[in-house]
Amino acid sequence: MFRQASRPLLLGAALTAALKAALVAIATAAGAAEPGHYGYGRPATPAEIAGWNIDVRGDDGAGLPPGSGSVAKGTEVFAEQCAACHGTFGEGEGRFPKLAGGAGSLKDDRPELTVGSYWPFAPTLWDYINRAMPMQAPRSLSADDVYALTAYILNLNDIVPGEFVADRDSLPKVRMPNRDSFTWTDPRPDTMAKPCMSACANPADVRISSTAEGRDLTPRTTGPLDTMQPK
Amino acid sequence: MRPPLERGMPATPKPANLPDPRLARRSFLGFGAALTGSLALGATPSSAQPQPASPPADAPWSQTLGPGVVDRPYGRPADTESGVIRRNVPWLTAGTESSISFSPLQDLHGIITPNGLFFERYHAGRPDVDPDQHRLMIHGLVERPLLLTMKDIVRFPSVSRIHFIECPANGGMEWRAAQLNSLQFNHGMISCAEWTGVRLSTLLEEVGVKKEAAWAMVEGADGAHMNRSLPLNKCLDDCLVVYAQNGEALRPEQGYPLRLVVPGWEGNVSIKWLRRIKLGEKPWYSREETSKYTDLMPDGTSRGFTWLIDAKSVITFPCPEKPLAGPGLYEIRGLAWTGNGKVRRVDVSMDGGVNWQSARLHEPVLSKALTKFTLPWRWDGTPALLESRVIDETGHVQPTITQLRKQRGSNSVYHNNSIQTWQVKPDGSVFDVQTG
Repeated sequence: MFRQASRPLLLGAALTAALKAALVAIATAAGAAEPGHYGYGRPATPAEIAGWNIDVRGDDGAGLPPGSGSVAKGTEVFAEQCAACHGTFGEGEGRFPKLAGGAGSLKDDRPELTVGSYWPFAPTLWDYINRAMPMQAPRSLSADDVYALTAYILNLNDIVPGEFVADRDSLPKVRMPNRDSFTWTDPRPDTMAKPCMSACANPADVRISSTAEGRDLTPRTTGPLDTMQPK
Repeated sequence: MRPPLERGMPATPKPANLPDPRLARRSFLGFGAALTGSLALGATPSSAQPQPASPPADAPWSQTLGPGVVDRPYGRPADTESGVIRRNVPWLTAGTESSISFSPLQDLHGIITPNGLFFERYHAGRPDVDPDQHRLMIHGLVERPLLLTMKDIVRFPSVSRIHFIECPANGGMEWRAAQLNSLQFNHGMISCAEWTGVRLSTLLEEVGVKKEAAWAMVEGADGAHMNRSLPLNKCLDDCLVVYAQNGEALRPEQGYPLRLVVPGWEGNVSIKWLRRIKLGEKPWYSREETSKYTDLMPDGTSRGFTWLIDAKSVITFPCPEKPLAGPGLYEIRGLAWTGNGKVRRVDVSMDGGVNWQSARLHEPVLSKALTKFTLPWRWDGTPALLESRVIDETGHVQPTITQLRKQRGSNSVYHNNSIQTWQVKPDGSVFDVQTG
């Protein structure tokens, strides 16, 4: 019984395989291959994926790990890990980024873009600290410390109260002040100049409105050269 | 990276000991003269008696035996070209590890940037990656999560393509006014190379894209773990995962051993030291695509996901670093590019945009690559305002800074593709100016 029944099955399998091979050949000719066509590399194991799978999605916090951190704890971690560059209250030392302030300044002549005034999503802050900070030792902080720092920086910006505890549930619910000010589709081209070839303007109207001449912003053109040349 | 290139910059001129740019230019010229002098000294630069090296004399190097082959197993430019280097603007960023350097466009010829002169952009310094340990992981909404070694990646069918990469902050310091008297500093965040690697679509077909997937997150192995979101259709269109640049392995500065090249889009998405590609249903809204690389408009709103590099061109000779030597016949030279595809036409004006004539485009004119243009010009020694204007194959015309400001104000930092005006003075010196 079994043998008899298996024949048509085998035949069917062979036909299916032949059909598959033909389809793969067609797909390859068209530039699309079946998954595993080349067979190079090997499957990534769950453990390997877990080690690198650090991304957290900004708008809904997908990927945030277990753990939590309070504003109070964040104050301590920040003083130790961050304040040297970002200032004790996120004011920024030298040209290092200012993390707090600038609320309502986005329409100003000199807007101040900080976590509080500009960033649209709170989980992005967790993700960025976790993947890139502190600059000298990225990925050295625990999830709890990253939650605490996130809570502290949000509190510096008056976005969460002093008793706030950041975790995977609370962080996605934090509403950033600038959240709705972004458009995520590109409206360009937003200029439509015509390529006029002659008498495109009144020569008298062509005036120099600004010049780099006399400003002291240009690094010395010979800058690095000076130190590279033999004396 | 936003704050550095920033809004503070025009307001507060920095170190008081920077010399007047005019003096800088003169000292550059003076340096050239010094070089000529040292050449004349020949093999013994300390000699007090310069040996004549030009006709009628036979030069010292014509009377000696030179070093043999493999004296320099990996060659290098002539010693007298040591001024052709990447430079940075120290006041722009807090340090050099999260910063940018500029290609010396004033000293380059043609459309290919030599590997040692390709502009650099780091967010956590330059990692030195061990290629044997490096892995590319592809996972998320795929049929078959995959881990690839460099040896695996090199086995895939290879392609070579010439594409530019431009930082969208190129020219970002000029939104408010002309500030930097330099071609290198105003336009040097662009370079162009022949890239060799595997099409990203090949890798994605190999893992099998699940039908819910619409976006890819691409991530680097540097300390910043730099990551960006890309729409899946762009990934499948023309993105490349490359291991070679101008025929040799990528330079560490450019992502050795593996980087992404996203043709025609802002350089930030061409992730260097590429280690991971994850497919998902939605974008990730990472720090690099929310707090940075978004464009603030005058009404307080911001544009995100503005990836495209618009049509842009610049005259590379003459320029502030390469003034004119006096009246006579010159070849105006320049570069044009567009993320939309090919350059269709470049026009040049000598009078600040009143009258234009079309320049000659030099082959090859490639999609999403630098294109060279030239135009002969007999300069009579009178003041001139030189401009170039590109029109790309979609018909997009490079705008003036005035037209851009009308749409975007002057706080959007990125994507300044405006026409550059070079003021030529009667003494042949050249200055960065804006008109309006």
